[in-house]
Amino acid sequence: MNIRSQVSMVFHLDKCIGCHTCSVACKNIWTDRKGTEYMWWNNVETKPGTGYPTKWEDQDKYKGGWEKKNGTIKIRSTGKARVVPNIFHNPHMPSMDDYYEPWTYDYKNLFNAPEGNDQPTARPISMVTGEYIDIEAGPNWDDDLSGSQIYAENDPNLDGLTEQQKAQLSSVEQLVFFYLPRICNHCLNPTCVASCPSGALYKRGEDGIVLIDQQRCRAWRSCVSACPYKKTYYNWFTGKSEKCILCFPRLETGQAPACFHSCVGRIRYLGVLLYDADKLEEVANLPDDELIEAQREMIMDPHDPKVIAEARKNGVHDSVIESAQNSPVYKFVKDWKVALPAHIEYRTLPMLFYVPPMSPVQATKEEDIIDHSTENLFHDIDSARIPMKFFANLFGAGNEGPVRYALAKQKAVRWLRRAQTVGDITAEMAARMLREADCTEEEAMEIYNLTSLCTFDDRFVIPPMHREEAIELMKEPHEHKQSVGFGFSASPRRGL
Amino acid sequence: MGSYFDQILFIALPYVSLFTFFLMTIYRYRAESFSYSSLSSQFLENKQHFWTVVPFHYGILAVTLGHVIAFCIPRTILVWNSHPLRLYILEISALSCGLLTLIGLVGIVWRRLTYPKVRGITSPTDWIIYVMLVLQVLSGVGIALFHPWGSSWFASNMTPYLWSVFTLDPNIGYVAAMPWLVKFHIILAFLTVGFFPFTRLVHILVIPNPYLWRKNQVVRWNRNPK
Repeated sequence: MNIRSQVSMVFHLDKCIGCHTCSVACKNIWTDRKGTEYMWWNNVETKPGTGYPTKWEDQDKYKGGWEKKNGTIKIRSTGKARVVPNIFHNPHMPSMDDYYEPWTYDYKNLFNAPEGNDQPTARPISMVTGEYIDIEAGPNWDDDLSGSQIYAENDPNLDGLTEQQKAQLSSVEQLVFFYLPRICNHCLNPTCVASCPSGALYKRGEDGIVLIDQQRCRAWRSCVSACPYKKTYYNWFTGKSEKCILCFPRLETGQAPACFHSCVGRIRYLGVLLYDADKLEEVANLPDDELIEAQREMIMDPHDPKVIAEARKNGVHDSVIESAQNSPVYKFVKDWKVALPAHIEYRTLPMLFYVPPMSPVQATKEEDIIDHSTENLFHDIDSARIPMKFFANLFGAGNEGPVRYALAKQKAVRWLRRAQTVGDITAEMAARMLREADCTEEEAMEIYNLTSLCTFDDRFVIPPMHREEAIELMKEPHEHKQSVGFGFSASPRRGL
Repeated sequence: MGSYFDQILFIALPYVSLFTFFLMTIYRYRAESFSYSSLSSQFLENKQHFWTVVPFHYGILAVTLGHVIAFCIPRTILVWNSHPLRLYILEISALSCGLLTLIGLVGIVWRRLTYPKVRGITSPTDWIIYVMLVLQVLSGVGIALFHPWGSSWFASNMTPYLWSVFTLDPNIGYVAAMPWLVKFHIILAFLTVGFFPFTRLVHILVIPNPYLWRKNQVVRWNRNPK
């Protein structure tokens, strides 16, 4: 055993209202500099939808992640064999057109326009060229556009759905969507790190945060192609790549990351997981349908004395072990198994887990009368509007099993609470639903509490980072005065 | 008078250039390593990028390698060239690499001029270095066309001159009698070397060699390394 600690995350999609507060909080802190305007380290997508960058999940186009070949896994874009001949031009690099061209408006014109018969307007100006542009796409261009033939119908997760299911998703009576907030997954087996020719990307040993060393990045752009989630971004102005840093300066001072802190729906949970790094290679090589379970197996029980002993041997601080024992993420992922990684078939072993959302019942339409009623108070999860196969493609590596399990348990919790609070359901009925969902009453109450009544401290169990022991990073405080937050004192000026 | 200029251009200039090159690249790496970047513009324009940047880089790598080989093993080159067929093969491949470089470079400059996004991030230094490179490649191709068998006379005349410069005993006798186009090529080469540390060309110095030998994953520990 080689126990390491990893700051991990759970996003409870059933609670996400798609308000984009997280994205704005992140943007205001980290990506309002020149060259980063187009970057959204945190973004919220409407599903079904094509996302950002457009169709990022289509790995036939972007070639992100790992692929299984001859019994081992290889970087799908430019691994070691291909990086040298392709160093001048990265063959799978997305361009700005796949994201959008950032713009501002000519606000001055509103004040300075000469007197005339028409109202002055503020025309959009490109933040890249400084010239007037016609806006063709922008961030969240497909926000709430479910049923759209341009966006929703091109969602790569619709693969494998029957024609009937696809048609249903775009008929007005059946329209449905949910939100998928995305940040860097801080994977255990990150392709971005493995692909970096300069060795600029690295995973922090103590907390598993994946970072790009701005001093060593040389703009070879491999990480942008290699990350299957497209969560590393190229700063076209400084010539350096950048990505979500999980607000490590905030974490190190005991604060939740900005997107977590600002979340209005309180959908975000953060905590430490202890995992066995020795299993990493073996797990990443398993067949698709075993990945979810195997990743759960890698995550070790923080109460197990053997695990604690091994963790201590590796220098994991007792306070970190303690926070792993209180981790809400551990409960969602390991105890309850209701949180699932997105697209684990990319084999990067992401450490951001999603609780799949419930959706309304399918409607029936007879002679222009649309009927949404169902015999059961909480309908069968298979008659939900979002097809199980869609969830399976997104959260189950194509398998419905884990998603069905997670949704059934959530439904059982609802039955139990309805029986307790309203009483129009018998206790026996609720107990049967719990049994069917492999859930005890105590567990259901715990899920209910951590989902509905959770306080700030329940959601964010931030391990002490013990920066006081890392004084070597801060040898010269004066050197860092007025520096730029990346941990070095020079200003991030573009090279000549 | 002629020899006075020759002394400035072929003795003083090389040393000034080389001194600047070493001093400033090291200084820049130590003081502003953030500025070491290939400053790729592929993200802003992805199609023309392939058809211009790739031929240029492969071309200039081959051509530069040719110069270095002739500098390192001049005798072997002369022996190789003693047979006309082998001489023609070497000359023709050198010329085609030169043309590949030229086509790629012209494409690069054209792309910089015509795509507004790429033009927007092109600095004045970039334009200067592009002009220098275009002239350098043009004069190189011109030499290959109008002063043939360069692979031989480089080995017999240029290599001794360059060695004399590097061994701090400069002997301009070898270059004084060269045609003006060759002299131009040499002078511009030294100017480029001297200007190198102030340009984006520094990315040549940070090509990633350890990647092929390192483990896939990189973990950095703050304490308790394992």
